[in-house]
Amino acid sequence: MMGRHISTLRVIAVLLAMAFLLAACPAAAPTGGESMAADEEMAEEEAMEEEGKVLTILYWQAASLPGPYLSGGTKDQDAGAVTLEPLANYDPDGALVPKLATEIPTIENGGISEDLMSITWTLKEGLAWSDGSDVTADDVVFTWQYCIDEATGCTASEAFLGIESVEALDARTIVITFDSPTPYPYNAFVGANTPIISSVQFADCVGAAAQTCNEQNTLPLGTGPYRIIDFKVNDVAVYERNPHYHGEPAYFDTVIFKGGGDAASAARAVLETGEADYAWNLQVEPDILRDMEAAGLGVVVAAFAGSVERILVNQTNPDSALGDDRSEYMDGENAHPFLTFAPIPQAMSMAIDRSLISEQLYGFAGQPTCNVIPAPLHYASTANDGCLTQDIDGANALLDENDVVDSDGDGIREYNGMPLKVSYQTSTNSVRQKTQALIRQWWSQIGIETELINHDASVFFGGDPNSPDTYQKFYTDLQMYTTGPSIDPQQHLSNWVCSQIPMRENVWGGGNIFRGCNTEYDALFEQLTQTPVGGEREALVKQLNDINVQSFYQIPLVNRGGVSAHLNTLKGVNINDWDSEMWNIAEWHR
Amino acid sequence: MGQYLVRRLLTIIPTLIAISFVIFAVLDLAPGDPTSQLPETIRPEIRQQIRKAMGLDEPFPVKYGLWMRQFFVNEPLSLLENAFDIQIGDGEKRLRVTSWGSRGVPVMDMIMERMPQTLWVVGLAYIVAIAIAVPIGVVSAIRQYSIFDQVGTFISLIGYSIPTFFTGLLMILLFSVKLKWFPMIYDTNLQIVDWRSFVEQLRQSAMPVAVLGFFQAAILARFTRSSMLDNIPMDYVRTATAKGFRERYVVIRHILRNSLIPVVTLIALGIPAIFSGAIITEQIFRVNGLGALLIGAIQLNDIPLVQTVTFIFAFLIVVFNLIADVIYGILDPRIRYS
Repeated sequence: MMGRHISTLRVIAVLLAMAFLLAACPAAAPTGGESMAADEEMAEEEAMEEEGKVLTILYWQAASLPGPYLSGGTKDQDAGAVTLEPLANYDPDGALVPKLATEIPTIENGGISEDLMSITWTLKEGLAWSDGSDVTADDVVFTWQYCIDEATGCTASEAFLGIESVEALDARTIVITFDSPTPYPYNAFVGANTPIISSVQFADCVGAAAQTCNEQNTLPLGTGPYRIIDFKVNDVAVYERNPHYHGEPAYFDTVIFKGGGDAASAARAVLETGEADYAWNLQVEPDILRDMEAAGLGVVVAAFAGSVERILVNQTNPDSALGDDRSEYMDGENAHPFLTFAPIPQAMSMAIDRSLISEQLYGFAGQPTCNVIPAPLHYASTANDGCLTQDIDGANALLDENDVVDSDGDGIREYNGMPLKVSYQTSTNSVRQKTQALIRQWWSQIGIETELINHDASVFFGGDPNSPDTYQKFYTDLQMYTTGPSIDPQQHLSNWVCSQIPMRENVWGGGNIFRGCNTEYDALFEQLTQTPVGGEREALVKQLNDINVQSFYQIPLVNRGGVSAHLNTLKGVNINDWDSEMWNIAEWHR
Repeated sequence: MGQYLVRRLLTIIPTLIAISFVIFAVLDLAPGDPTSQLPETIRPEIRQQIRKAMGLDEPFPVKYGLWMRQFFVNEPLSLLENAFDIQIGDGEKRLRVTSWGSRGVPVMDMIMERMPQTLWVVGLAYIVAIAIAVPIGVVSAIRQYSIFDQVGTFISLIGYSIPTFFTGLLMILLFSVKLKWFPMIYDTNLQIVDWRSFVEQLRQSAMPVAVLGFFQAAILARFTRSSMLDNIPMDYVRTATAKGFRERYVVIRHILRNSLIPVVTLIALGIPAIFSGAIITEQIFRVNGLGALLIGAIQLNDIPLVQTVTFIFAFLIVVFNLIADVIYGILDPRIRYS
């Protein structure tokens, strides 16, 4: 406490010296005079009353466009979600909540056909766009056509995969027909990544023309509680109350969606100065965030979906001596010399203290996990929870039992004469590098030597087929990053079938990055694609998760969530990691 | 002089073309991909579609040619149209340089939107810096080794050895968090309509201007001081003093005038830096100026935006180099260009 006091004094001394220097100049006059500051504060309060109720939302990554179709970032999706609405949203637990639709279609209410080939949505009555014109089923059809046009370059087209057609039966009824039985038909038009856009406004913006529609892209019409009135690219969006909103009129007169800066100062602007009402995605050192929260102005809130930070275990041999054949699957002929021997990656998994990583490095934003499908809860397996406690002795014993021992006394175990030296890559990011360092230390305690590598995120995730440093090429023994399932895990699980292994032939295009092939997994996955939502589907997902985790293709570490902060005076916030954090902005008030 | 100017102006053209080629080539060859910032769940085929829609698939010469045409023909035409509200040819169909990060938004519009904030904050900081630095430099030189000089030297040393991100953070912690005098979020939508909004504008600019001004002033003050010290022992100074002029007159009319020649050049050369913004300071205080635009574009791999902004900076540097040379010629009668 004493040390802190002294350093504060020093800070003040330095700044006083600076202020002295500045006082020499009339242009910097506002620096001096406490009475002047007090006057201004009063003036500011008066101004607040005149301007009405303003909600200031701070995103340290500024929105490039308000909407998810041409720019795939969360910031863009969320800036859009203040005004654009889908047919239904997910709530924080992953349950569906109707927005523009009257109800959620199910097999029971006849909204989903028995053969799982189609789903029928009905729009609420009397919906209007923010300019007063009618919302019709044609707008929904148009949204689909807009996004699936290849020349549009739509960033949300993933959600429309497998859709044969979208048709308007009448002004309020939409039928979506699939090209094959689709047990989970809620991907399209549900959630903030596929909201409905106006077919009138965007009529001339389909395909290549989408790249030139400046006004439409920056000021889209919406159906939500607020409508956008000004958008400054990569800076700020301003919204006002939408008089044509279908629900209760929104509380705030103006919403300001400001971007830029960094996460720590965004947290400070809410928790310490109260200048903003809400700050998003606070990737800040956990201790610093706790200190800021202690100031008492606001609270830190977190929500978790399926994102899992995990280590992928290369099942193929990445030895650079192999040249072009490194990390090539070659029909199983190029297996990794020791990581395919299950006890070794099992011991590596046992040696990790997931709770420590989660608490120390992720703080509010992390929960230790042993599953690659950690949520929603009804899909999460409990079979692997043993990994939550670190067991270095057990790991050593396991390796000893399996005759993986250190025979030459250099502190590194050998398997079939091959020393256990692994290379471990990830993207450049301080939390990831700290995780790497911790894990290297634990692995050294079980006789495994680790070489740590990191690449800039834009290269590592960049997918440039000419770069050797991408996660798809996977030219190391292990690598670490986060991905996660959407609300229905089928899409995510589809990545890990044998046919998805990235290789030269498919220009490293598959999602089975760890290059593991398990026929049982493929058979169960095939079954999953035929099984409608329910208990049987849940059991299948758990089985698929367990095969993946227990084959040690992937070593899950931390379930990562979203962390935000809001002022104590802002009520109604219900942070959501399955959907946009703005999903219920209509209910926010003071 | 006239002939010299024409020659210099003509050499600018090949210089700029060479610069544009280098910028374009370097950025095109650099690793990185605008779709890398998209969520990892998006499939490779879809990423490919997006790249295609952005025109990333075209070969290098086509992309370069297209950009040259858009930048040197289409953009100036659009600028003229907007400025005079006229129609030249088929304006609707003319392809402009548009951003990859914010598709559909012309890069030039983004730059124009950012310009006022940068000019106001960085420009003001520059003016503040000059206003502080020159008097301090002059007094420090005249009273060399006095207390004032020692303190000035010390503060200048602090000024240019502490990085702006540190002073910026200190200021936020002290003036925003502890004292709550100034806002830490710069509101770009603030309209100056009356006295109060003007005061608000001054309040929100105070910290970034102070941080930048302090840094600039430190350098300029040292430069002015040494330039003054070069001139003080000169014979013409002794002559003027011997003629019985008062010290103040000698300092202002003789020493300062001659000492300012290199300082003015330095100031002119620094003006492009105003336009390029102060990347770090803008980021810290959320002043959405050109510096913040550039750094954001680099993070998003928004290549057309980076190319255009960098090229504009290069253009300004070339032009202000020329201006500095010309000013030097005007101020210093000993230098004659031919």
